[in-house]
Amino acid sequence: MRIQCPCCGERSLDEFTYYGDASVTRPNAFAPTAMSDYHAYVYQRDNRDGDHRELWYHAAGCHACLVVTRNVRSHIISDVRIAREVARERDAAALPGSTS
Amino acid sequence: MRRQSNRLGEGGIIDRSKPVTFTFDGAPYQGYQGDTLASALLANGVTLVGRSFKYHRPRGVLSAGSEEPNALVELRSENYREANTKATMVELFDGLSASSQNRWPSLRLDFMSINSLLSPIFVAGFYYKTFMWPAALWEKLYEPAIRRAAGLGRAAQGEDPDHYEKATAHCDVLVVGGGAAGLNAALNAARSGARVILADENAQLGGRALDDGLPIDGAPPVQWIDSVREQLEREPNVVVMRRTTVFGVYDTGTYGALERVSDHLAQAKHGFPRQRLWRIIAKRTILATGATERPIVFGGNDRPGVMLASAFRTYLNRYGVAPGRRIVVFTNNDSGALTAAEAALAGLEVVAIVDSRRGLSAEISKAASTAGTRMISGGVVIDTVGKAKLSGVVIRTGEGEDVRLSCDCLVMSGGWNPNLQLTTHLGGKPTWNDAIAAFVPGTHPPGMSVAGAAGGSFGLKDALDEGAKAGSEAVASLGWKVAGPASPRADNQPYGIRPLWLVEASKSKALVDFQNDVTAADIALAAREGFQSVEHLKRYTTLGMATDQGRTSNVNALAIMAKATDRSIPETGMTVARPPYSPVAIGALAGHHRGKSFKAVRRPPSYAWAKANGGVFVETGLWLRPAYFPKSDERDWFETVCREVKTVRSAVGVCDVSTLGKVDVQGKDAGEFLDKIYMNGLKTLPIGKARYGGMLREDGIFMDDGTIARLGEHHYFVTTTTANAVKAFQHMEFCAQWLWPSLDVQLISATEQWAQYAVAGPKSRDLLRKIIDPEFDISDEAFPYLQVGKITVCGGIKGRLFRLSFSGERAYEIAVPARYGDALMRALMDAGQEFGVCPYGAEALAVMRIEKGHISGPELNGNTTPRDVGLGDMIAKKKDFIGRVLGERPGIIDPDRPSLIGFRPVDKNMRMRSGAHIVPLSAPATAANDQGYLTSVAYSPTVGDWIALGLLKRGPERIGEKVRAVDPVRNEEYVVEVVNPCFVDPEGEKLRG
Amino acid sequence: MATTKYSIFSVMREALRGHTGWRPAWRNPEPKKAYDIIIVGGGGHGLATAYYLAKEFNQSRIAVIEKGWIGGGNVGRNTTIVRSNYLLPGNIPFYELSMKLWEGLEQDINYNAMVSQRGVLNLYHSDGQRDAFARRGNAMRLHGVDAELLDKAAVKSLVPFLDFDNARFPIHGGLLQRRGGTVRHDAVAWGYARAADLRGVDIIQNCEVTDISREGGKIIGVETSRGFIGAQKVGVAVAGNSSRVMAMAGLRLPIESHVLQAFVSESIKPFVDGVVTFGAGHFYISQSDKGGLVFGGDLDGYNSYAQRGNLPVVEDVCEGGMALMPRIGRVRLLRQWGGIMDMSMDGSPIIDRTPIDGLFFNGGWCYGGFKATPASGFCFAHLIAKNTVHPAASAYRLDRFATGHTIDEKGMGPHPNLH
Repeated sequence: MRIQCPCCGERSLDEFTYYGDASVTRPNAFAPTAMSDYHAYVYQRDNRDGDHRELWYHAAGCHACLVVTRNVRSHIISDVRIAREVARERDAAALPGSTS
Repeated sequence: MRRQSNRLGEGGIIDRSKPVTFTFDGAPYQGYQGDTLASALLANGVTLVGRSFKYHRPRGVLSAGSEEPNALVELRSENYREANTKATMVELFDGLSASSQNRWPSLRLDFMSINSLLSPIFVAGFYYKTFMWPAALWEKLYEPAIRRAAGLGRAAQGEDPDHYEKATAHCDVLVVGGGAAGLNAALNAARSGARVILADENAQLGGRALDDGLPIDGAPPVQWIDSVREQLEREPNVVVMRRTTVFGVYDTGTYGALERVSDHLAQAKHGFPRQRLWRIIAKRTILATGATERPIVFGGNDRPGVMLASAFRTYLNRYGVAPGRRIVVFTNNDSGALTAAEAALAGLEVVAIVDSRRGLSAEISKAASTAGTRMISGGVVIDTVGKAKLSGVVIRTGEGEDVRLSCDCLVMSGGWNPNLQLTTHLGGKPTWNDAIAAFVPGTHPPGMSVAGAAGGSFGLKDALDEGAKAGSEAVASLGWKVAGPASPRADNQPYGIRPLWLVEASKSKALVDFQNDVTAADIALAAREGFQSVEHLKRYTTLGMATDQGRTSNVNALAIMAKATDRSIPETGMTVARPPYSPVAIGALAGHHRGKSFKAVRRPPSYAWAKANGGVFVETGLWLRPAYFPKSDERDWFETVCREVKTVRSAVGVCDVSTLGKVDVQGKDAGEFLDKIYMNGLKTLPIGKARYGGMLREDGIFMDDGTIARLGEHHYFVTTTTANAVKAFQHMEFCAQWLWPSLDVQLISATEQWAQYAVAGPKSRDLLRKIIDPEFDISDEAFPYLQVGKITVCGGIKGRLFRLSFSGERAYEIAVPARYGDALMRALMDAGQEFGVCPYGAEALAVMRIEKGHISGPELNGNTTPRDVGLGDMIAKKKDFIGRVLGERPGIIDPDRPSLIGFRPVDKNMRMRSGAHIVPLSAPATAANDQGYLTSVAYSPTVGDWIALGLLKRGPERIGEKVRAVDPVRNEEYVVEVVNPCFVDPEGEKLRG
Repeated sequence: MATTKYSIFSVMREALRGHTGWRPAWRNPEPKKAYDIIIVGGGGHGLATAYYLAKEFNQSRIAVIEKGWIGGGNVGRNTTIVRSNYLLPGNIPFYELSMKLWEGLEQDINYNAMVSQRGVLNLYHSDGQRDAFARRGNAMRLHGVDAELLDKAAVKSLVPFLDFDNARFPIHGGLLQRRGGTVRHDAVAWGYARAADLRGVDIIQNCEVTDISREGGKIIGVETSRGFIGAQKVGVAVAGNSSRVMAMAGLRLPIESHVLQAFVSESIKPFVDGVVTFGAGHFYISQSDKGGLVFGGDLDGYNSYAQRGNLPVVEDVCEGGMALMPRIGRVRLLRQWGGIMDMSMDGSPIIDRTPIDGLFFNGGWCYGGFKATPASGFCFAHLIAKNTVHPAASAYRLDRFATGHTIDEKGMGPHPNLH
């Protein structure tokens, strides 16, 4: 398997470290529901067949975390983005008063 | 030396001017350069080559390629011995030695063939029904007997003396297979200028075009093949890889290939590997792997002298060898006539063509009569005659009459199976094509197209045309400019197959999987017992599991099962292959990564000095760290370590701690960031100070610890443990980039940039005073415990000083750029002479940290919490940090959890050992009473006794209690007292000086 | 008369009549309208569950529903190792129950699964590893499980073919469980299937469950590709597909699906007697009774539902093999395959009730599922029949992640790809 790193180009699987599901978001530690929120965040997974948004870290390359959309049945990768950018959009959207 | 009795007077593309001598089972023979071991054996009239796996039936050469199930030999000798080697793929070299295998005492007289007599009992699934009584005899009697009989050849006894390499290649188009289709595909693709790799498993390009000898452009095919090879080899954008098997398809256009660099030589040339593993990264791939001929399933079809018709033609045309002199052809398709004609042309007697089809075309009958041969239309071979060599066949004619014919070679053609394996490695499913009675590729892996026989187009013209088209289209799809596809002239041969899956009139064993001795009757039995899916069939009978990867057996078996269960072949199942296409040496997949080169070695900056000064090293992950530095008069490591500890505690010692992970953290939000990833507060850390920090996982479990030093307003320097350096750094990157992307923080791993030495002991400051440039004040007032600062050493070399202590003594860590590490070590040791300095290693370091009750790897085992290791008070109350929430779950804060405590033996002479468990003093040693265990044990020269750290249920509440340490795996048990885990200077006066 | 009892005598009798009297090892019945208990998943665990339900817990009207052919999942795609050399108190009693069931299995089910206790040896290469193995061995011994801590000399006499002289990470010793070994994996599925069938269990192949039907928070049956089948209780044992199937009941699990590759070499004369695991690389090996070296290593490390892996892991495993046993360089890899593992968040399995009345779950086996087969079936049957947790599986609760009672043998935390 090869991943198209936006910084480095297409590189082999063995340059990357896997960081799992990118669809879960770290919850507010001070919310009244924090315990169950964290349980869901850390432990529960949809684990669906088909496209999976996941995090890879380019350990033997640019050190960027990437959000990769990969089909877990065919292993075909349809999208790769710099994780920091995705995360900033996520955080911006979560701000109170945002419209997303 | 015997004469090559079956070598034809002319023909073949062997080099008759270069005779080659070799031995088989010790007997000397001669062949020619260009032979395979199989062709040379056949040339010498050797037809008995091996024995089958289960029944030890005599076996000869079935095929001429990598699908060979029978002619397996042990090639070479001693540590070069290579079991199960296909004689059909071994290129002959001078001095080659091969032996038959799986027979005793000899190939001709194999006592294990008694299994054949027992074959009525040894049917498929027999093991599952027997050997159950009495149960105790399975390991003692039955299984050892089975294991003695198991296996084909023998592995070498010693280390493989050859070398292997790995390499990666990138190309636009990979063409797999160098037959007519592949050559023409490569040629058409290469003309565009695209980068093309052509890989073929054989030594010579040409594939079946070469074997069958049908004209191309009106000339013998070898002319066209040679001219294409020359053109391709001339092109700078083309790489032709012969003797290279593409064995596996992996994701994103990655192909595994094995190049047999030196297997055709007596010995690898100096500096060359035996084999080379290639990762080929291809944008497009053209599969032109041809097809494999099917045997026909009839009684006695495995007797030496029975051969695939295609193989027979290969031996005639490529090697000038007649596998027999009196030939019977048995076929269900038009290739029988072609084979008969070739045999006749070579001057061999074609006794008969047995064609299972009725109502043959006039064309075929005419071909038979041209060859002067009897044509038995609608007939089948029902049995073979002979012992270890074929002497005749029994034929049932179309009229139902049994006729016995004398012959020494029976060639059979049951039709062809496309070699579509590589299309299925990524999950592609083949589809059944009734017209050719075979599976053809269904879905292909991304970027792959198929040309020629691999796709079911068995004609030569079709192969050339499809190759040209595939080659042009592949490069065109990548944006290369390409002229229209071009092909030489050739004709398609007729095929006209009418399937004959099983000769039901046969009474004797009809083999389906030759190597594993799976018969048609076994398949019928599997059907009867309900093992009717292809997966059950394979697993129950072992069909298709042999070294030919089922290439000669799978489709025949499926068809027989389909008939037995009254289903169609596609309903019954399909044959989906897994890598490798043909077996690959484990050594090749490992490459250089073996022995001392298994993993890279990381050496700390003082390595050379330590090595020169007698340091004994220990593997710590990839690092080689000095464990201790023995002096010549010391008896053992124990004495050395005690001396090193005493020296540190009384004078001064130096230890290379560069292996600790180091991370430079900078940015406006660096403090806030560190506050989130450590459980304790760090934002308040003043500039110029260091603080211990504990890093948790999100589940509240201790992950790593280290020190955080604040070097500037927005600049921190963090250390991690040696073991977790990579993991902790990557975790920090993950946190910075994904969890808190808006924080202004930058991280860089500086582990290898800084050489860092612990200088520990009462005289440490005196020593450092001589090293650190005088303008830097390191008095206790200016540089107290936990102070950090930038310094220069040895006259202007920039460095850093940290007043930290793992040993509990007055101690510092001094860091300089790694390139000065060696020099600094030498300078420290020189300067320290007057203070009695000694270097100390990982062992003394560990002893002193246990004396101080500091936690390390054995306590931070991935299951302990800060509370478990006595650091619960450090957990911040107000801030958010990783591990905060889940660290408060009931199971994590349960006060019953084993917690850190110290132990001392009640009997002062008793040595404790890590890993011993703790039970109450008078309770039996059972799991129910298991209350904890010893994590770290050392002999403390300071205390004068063995001391231990451990985790004990409610440990801190139990100081003074006596408990039992039980160690059944070392057969030890002793009473220990629960004590404070800090054994030396619990008030910490020494480290403050 | 058709032959049902398996023995050397029945085989000889059948030999005389061309083996024409064997009955199918199990029937192939049409599904009934309803059952008392439906087990979803005809793998080793599901078939064992059905067998023990019928035999040990006196249940009847049981069906096993399998989307493909029985035994086609991980019970047929593993490296056949059985052992109970665990560290943590939540695991040891369970795997030891399994080991005891293995030891009597063949006589119990009248099927030779070739349970072969030729030993499992875990090598250590440092003092730290030795101490960790001592701790583990002692934990086993306190539970009444056999364990021996060997030094280098003892390891050398047991497995002289390892690299003792030129290793990057020298072998210091090993932890040996003599009762560990291997079992002919496919035969386990077939043996349980046959034994369950003989006790009246309907094994329904090629029947895919498409929905888990509930009414008022209670199970009423399953929708399948062959229609609705009613049931009072449904037990799900579909490791590899747990998340997919349990999602039909609206449940999210602490599980990710990952691919684990395994490998077998060409058949060679046996020289590896027991199981050996490398402590300094990702490699473990045994040799089958047919002569193939059976070996494996680590997960590929990313979520996958494809039963295949990639080349870096193949190379990594073979590197481990050559580092440990440099004599296998010229032995050829014959086949590689991948199995889909239910990787749970703490590396340990789940056998528990669910919030839905009558729905039971068995999964999260990571790559320890094969050795667990008998105990998993036994404890799951106990749970389904009695609605109480079997003591040996008492730690395998679904709520342990919420309460913080995770069972993390490797200490890797909630990272399924690291277990």
